[in-house]
Amino acid sequence: MRIEIRENPFDPWQAVADYRSSHLTIGKSGASAVFVGTMRDFNEGDDVQAMVLEHYPGMTEKQLQALVDQSMSAHNLDDALVIHRVGELKPGEDIVLVATFSAHRKAAFDACREIMEALKSTAPFWKKETLASGERWVEKNTAGW
Amino acid sequence: MSINVRFFASLKERIGSAALEIDAQGITTARDVWTSASGQEADEEMLVAINKEYAALDRTVADGDEVAFFPPVTGG
Repeated sequence: MRIEIRENPFDPWQAVADYRSSHLTIGKSGASAVFVGTMRDFNEGDDVQAMVLEHYPGMTEKQLQALVDQSMSAHNLDDALVIHRVGELKPGEDIVLVATFSAHRKAAFDACREIMEALKSTAPFWKKETLASGERWVEKNTAGW
Repeated sequence: MSINVRFFASLKERIGSAALEIDAQGITTARDVWTSASGQEADEEMLVAINKEYAALDRTVADGDEVAFFPPVTGG
């Protein structure tokens, strides 16, 4: 399992390919489920020019570790990879990657979504958007279930 | 005898500080920490972490704890 918080842009597809070749046992995981969240250039009817993602160093990693551990064991996953950006982002840049690997698709799909929803509701990250009119904090995440 | 207090995101801006230290004297719960550190009433939507784990606002705190306050999370 790998959890990474990074300040620089990343290519989630390359990250999945690299992780599969370096961490997964050939022939074991029949299913890979991948979610990628990407920054939009609009939110709540306004154009968004940029965004800053703040986190709580130490707690964010701990929380991500706990929620991935929970899903790994609940769904008997072979492995999981989570990458999340912090710092300044521009529209089109990827914010988050959740990839899950298991013998069969149900566990991979279910765990991928479960990890993503738990991350959205419990991992300490906060978004501040830059609009033409100034800056604003995103107040709440929408429910994904 | 002190408690390390941290604020994040919009609460950090509201308080005007990311971190401060308060005297643990007379402090029992995270709510007391908030009141002492901010001089404001606690907002029930606010989230609390003690030593980097989520906690209720009325959880007891101890000398040397790190108590953090932040708004609902918006990552992902």
